[in-house]
Amino acid sequence: MTRPLLLRGGRVIDPANGRDQVADVLLERGTVRDVGLNLGAPDDAQVIDVAGLVVAPGLIDVHVHLREPGQEERETIATGAASAVAGGFTGICAMPNTDPVIDNQAAVGFVKAKGEAAGLARVYPIGCISVGQRGERLAEFGEMVAAGAVAVSDDGHPVMSSQLMRNALEYALTFGIPVADHCEDAPLAKGGAMHEGIVAARLGLKGIPSAAEEIHVARDCILSGLTGGHVHLCHMSTRGSVDLIRRAKEQGLKVTAEAAPHHFALTHDRVGDYDTNAKMNPPLREEEDREAIRAAIADGTIDCIATDHAPHHYDAKEREFDDAPNGIIGLETALSIALQQLVRPGLIDLSTMIERMSAAPARLWHLPGGSLGRGQVADVVVFDPDATWTVDPARIRSRSRNSPWLGEQLPGVVRWTIVGGRVVFDSQASS
Amino acid sequence: MRIASEIVEHAGDSPLIIVGIQRRGVQLAGRIVPIVEQALERKVGRGMLGITLYRDDIQAAGQRPVVHETRLPPEIDGATVVIVDDVLYTGRTVRAALDEIADFGRPRRILLAVLVDRGGRELPIAANVVGMTVATAPGDRVEVRVSEIDGSDGVDLLREDG
Amino acid sequence: MSAPLLGKDLIGLEHLTREQVTAILDTAEPFKEVSERPIKKVPALRGKTIVNLFFEASTRTRISFEFAEKRLSADTVNVASAGSSVQKGETLVDTARNLEAMRIDMVVIRHGSSGAAKFLGDRIRSNVINAGDGQHEHPTQALLDLLTLRDRFGRVEGLKVCIVGDVMHSRVARSNIWGLTRLGAEVAVCGPPTLVPREFTDLGVRTFRRIEEAIEWADALNVLRLQLERMQAGFIPSLREYNRVFGVTRERLARASKDLIVLHPGPMNRGVEIDSDVADGPHSVILPQVTNGVAIRMAVLYLLAGGSPDWAAGGSDEK
Repeated sequence: MTRPLLLRGGRVIDPANGRDQVADVLLERGTVRDVGLNLGAPDDAQVIDVAGLVVAPGLIDVHVHLREPGQEERETIATGAASAVAGGFTGICAMPNTDPVIDNQAAVGFVKAKGEAAGLARVYPIGCISVGQRGERLAEFGEMVAAGAVAVSDDGHPVMSSQLMRNALEYALTFGIPVADHCEDAPLAKGGAMHEGIVAARLGLKGIPSAAEEIHVARDCILSGLTGGHVHLCHMSTRGSVDLIRRAKEQGLKVTAEAAPHHFALTHDRVGDYDTNAKMNPPLREEEDREAIRAAIADGTIDCIATDHAPHHYDAKEREFDDAPNGIIGLETALSIALQQLVRPGLIDLSTMIERMSAAPARLWHLPGGSLGRGQVADVVVFDPDATWTVDPARIRSRSRNSPWLGEQLPGVVRWTIVGGRVVFDSQASS
Repeated sequence: MRIASEIVEHAGDSPLIIVGIQRRGVQLAGRIVPIVEQALERKVGRGMLGITLYRDDIQAAGQRPVVHETRLPPEIDGATVVIVDDVLYTGRTVRAALDEIADFGRPRRILLAVLVDRGGRELPIAANVVGMTVATAPGDRVEVRVSEIDGSDGVDLLREDG
Repeated sequence: MSAPLLGKDLIGLEHLTREQVTAILDTAEPFKEVSERPIKKVPALRGKTIVNLFFEASTRTRISFEFAEKRLSADTVNVASAGSSVQKGETLVDTARNLEAMRIDMVVIRHGSSGAAKFLGDRIRSNVINAGDGQHEHPTQALLDLLTLRDRFGRVEGLKVCIVGDVMHSRVARSNIWGLTRLGAEVAVCGPPTLVPREFTDLGVRTFRRIEEAIEWADALNVLRLQLERMQAGFIPSLREYNRVFGVTRERLARASKDLIVLHPGPMNRGVEIDSDVADGPHSVILPQVTNGVAIRMAVLYLLAGGSPDWAAGGSDEK
């Protein structure tokens, strides 16, 4: 049984309960016992002095690729969970495009069990929308949910058939789970290696037009309206998408959306001289798109920040640009990039950042945590928003190193990550 | 003048071709040809050799090498070719010129005429006609000026200062 | 000692200065003369090993490079390889390392992926010359085009040059746009909108929708090859229609100034982008392009070799 844990004197930022003040947090028996000033602690409590640091509900990432089963050379559920807690995440949702894909209850159970065995961040499996992610017929949502799935997605692929998407949204209503869609019109995007624009024209690379994403965003909003189902739009990247989402929300549709740090930090210029660590799908876009994403995070049009953590082996990325796979890792840099790109320039305050990275994902996907209210799970992140660190490839906990921020100095250092009242990451212990 | 008359002495009966090595050898050859033609009372072939591509040291040609024009009359075989250059030093330029001429044909004889011989040979090459001899140390520079390129005529000897 | 004129590699014309481009053209002039000699050889690159690494089939470019290398007395090896690293089974990285281990002095690479030449150049010490990487650049082609223009008009500055055809997929077009703008020419493109990217106007290039307008405006046309795949991919309905609407034909040129010249990088699809009587007619400079191609490639090899990697021998002094 874990000892009680008292975090003394930190700045507690808990937007779910409207709190931003210096206070103590007492965690006992895996839940939040109390938050207040000068709390007394039981005799056997471990006390950590967190004065000067921020204490917040643990971050939750609804879009992570853990690569297990089948692609363990890039990441395993255990290494992914370790990477997560190093980044301050206490909960991560694992996308099902593994090998084989997670489209049945046994596979869902496998992921859940592996996550529990790792004993670090909570791992929530996401099941496929369609069997084999082939876009033909629905997978067994009910069975997968019973085994622990928290959502369904064919991420990695778009759902090209509007009929299938409609069925998925309607059927998912039975279980109250979101249908997370990777918005991409496949024929329009086919063969594209980066955003269709002046940089692609200069580099001689086929581009993916913004329209490819926006067409599916529009479709999904309309289908959400038709069915009343909850569609969650993955990795939004264009200003057109933002406009469509804003309109959908004005109409009261059950549309939620996420954006990844690279889409509010970088643009297609980052590709530079064919840098494969700037290659992902959807691609980095133009400055106006980047600004629209930032504004959307600020005004809540985009509900949450999700990394789309996509580990790839060094050899895979060390290739001609056309042949390199899409994606970058993101769990260990997300908090820092959010601080650097959104909080420091004054677009949002720390409380809103915690809302987008913890409270909102928990609330919208019906996950535990995201709040430090009494009785909530004791999932907490303690970080120093003002300290800086350098991204050292040797010290990355993910199995892969494909990040555009290698060698960069970033703000925000995670000091402790606590899951179920137990310290699972201590920045000073792990050197 | 004297160089020209010495060339005339060496000339013999075979067709004569006077070839200047780029760059200033060309100007010198240009001045020599009319004098020789007048003395021999016959036409003399003329040509120019850019030897950059025949150097034995591509790295020292510099990383911005300038390749000069080469133009030789077609009738090299059996002719007497006189190579004209401004300064003879290590002999490598002349060696390159000999290689290049060989790629064009087989002269009966090749002679070398230079304005200044400054010693310091690295190859067994000697000039048949020499304007003047100057003793130099390795750090010194001998530069010939011709009015067509430099605005005035002259020979400058720049000693390496201590 | 001044800095190397071109650096270690020639990847493209995008980042070259006007001075650099001009120097290459100037250096090519004396090399034209070498090809006219009875013994078409100079010892300038004697002892250098050059590998022609062609991942895409190309007879004409490869032969042109091979002649250039042999006329400079270099030792050449041709390596023809199928497709991408994935298809081949050996990655480009490993190919690079093998070449370095064999102390190859220079590599001429043609590859189907944009960025492949830079990828290789960044990983080996040998000089790398881009003979065409995907849709990105084909610098020696553009350089020989520029030389051909300069031969005919005496200058490139102020010339009006229109690139006609599938600009979107063309590395020749991109290199030409860079080279021409660097030397002060006015550049235009003309072709079906599906094959002419909108973004090029941001590079200072004007667009003509109709070939007749382009012919009226231009001093020179550079006609690009239209590949069959483009029709199959749906960019144009048919090759026949392409010729009817955009083909460079004798009738269309009848209204051109008689000084207008027509270039083509080859190989030609006679009757598609260009009619035979144009290709073989008085406006065409296609054959001079080929001659200039060897001279340009000799110049590029020569200029890069001056800055060859460590394992080359050192030099001695002048005279």
